Amino acid sequence: MSFKSHLGRVRGLGSAKEGSGHWWSQRLSAIALVPLTIWFAFSVAAHTGADYEAMRAWVGSPVVAALLILTITAVFYHAYLGLQVVIEDYVHHEGVKVAGLILVKGACIVLGLVGVLSVLSLLFASSQ
Amino acid sequence: MDVKGSRMAKNVTGQGRPLSPHLQVYRPQLTSMLSILHRMTGVALSVGTLLLVYWLAAAASGPEAFETAQSVVGSFFGIILLFGWSWALFYHLCNGIRHLVWDAGYGFELPELYRSGWIVVGASGALTVLVWFIAIVF
Ligand code: HEM
Repeated sequence: MSFKSHLGRVRGLGSAKEGSGHWWSQRLSAIALVPLTIWFAFSVAAHTGADYEAMRAWVGSPVVAALLILTITAVFYHAYLGLQVVIEDYVHHEGVKVAGLILVKGACIVLGLVGVLSVLSLLFASSQ
Repeated sequence: MDVKGSRMAKNVTGQGRPLSPHLQVYRPQLTSMLSILHRMTGVALSVGTLLLVYWLAAAASGPEAFETAQSVVGSFFGIILLFGWSWALFYHLCNGIRHLVWDAGYGFELPELYRSGWIVVGASGALTVLVWFIAIVF
């Protein structure tokens, strides 16, 4: 039984010290990913075996490039938030946990950045 | 609270609070299987993004790198990976929507849980078949 007032409990923001922010970000990114991943999967399926020129022409459209960048951003944001929870659930050694969290965060940032920059360079390459 | 007839075990204090299932002795059920599958597909999809970023980076690096990437992706092993990734995506997507419906406060009754669970199994299978049909035909 807790002797804290409701306000006191809210101020403490719970054991993760960040309240519902993480949970909400995970839901928002999930909602964004519903249309984005459906669009992505079916577009890629429709381009199977495409050669380099076809690929460049496809990503060369600003609308396609924008959707790809949104997909990449939402995927890595969502994946980081999700993997964070998985690590926190299963890794109990504090040092290993922190190392894992830093590694996953770094990997998501680097991979996301490489993805976005690749899309941008294909976009600008096709306008030359 | 009445514990009889429910799946809750009596804990040490005798209160009818739910306990985590002891997985080794717990009968597998659709609901628990689908639950752990959501986590497994989430992790698998995250690993699969490596392939996705490699493919985009190869395209950005020029025709030769892209040809190599296309032949890696189009190899027997590549197709198997892609097939697994596409099914994982559609499963996680459909079950993710199921999660969002729960988050909005609906669908917690046992019959509803089973119904939405089977819908997820069916829909993710159908979407996987559809996307591969498109990939092969177009
Ligand atoms: C490539 C795309 C995606 C990746 C890499 C990914 C990855 C993950 C990971 C790692 C988790 C954590 C699993 C856990 O805590 O058990 C997760 C959870 C979740 N994902 Fe995704 N996901 C993707 C797409 C989606 C999509 C399209 C949806 C659509 C609704 C979605 C909805 C959710 C939800 C609702 C959760 C939270 C589940 C919970 O509360 O346990 N995800 N995702």
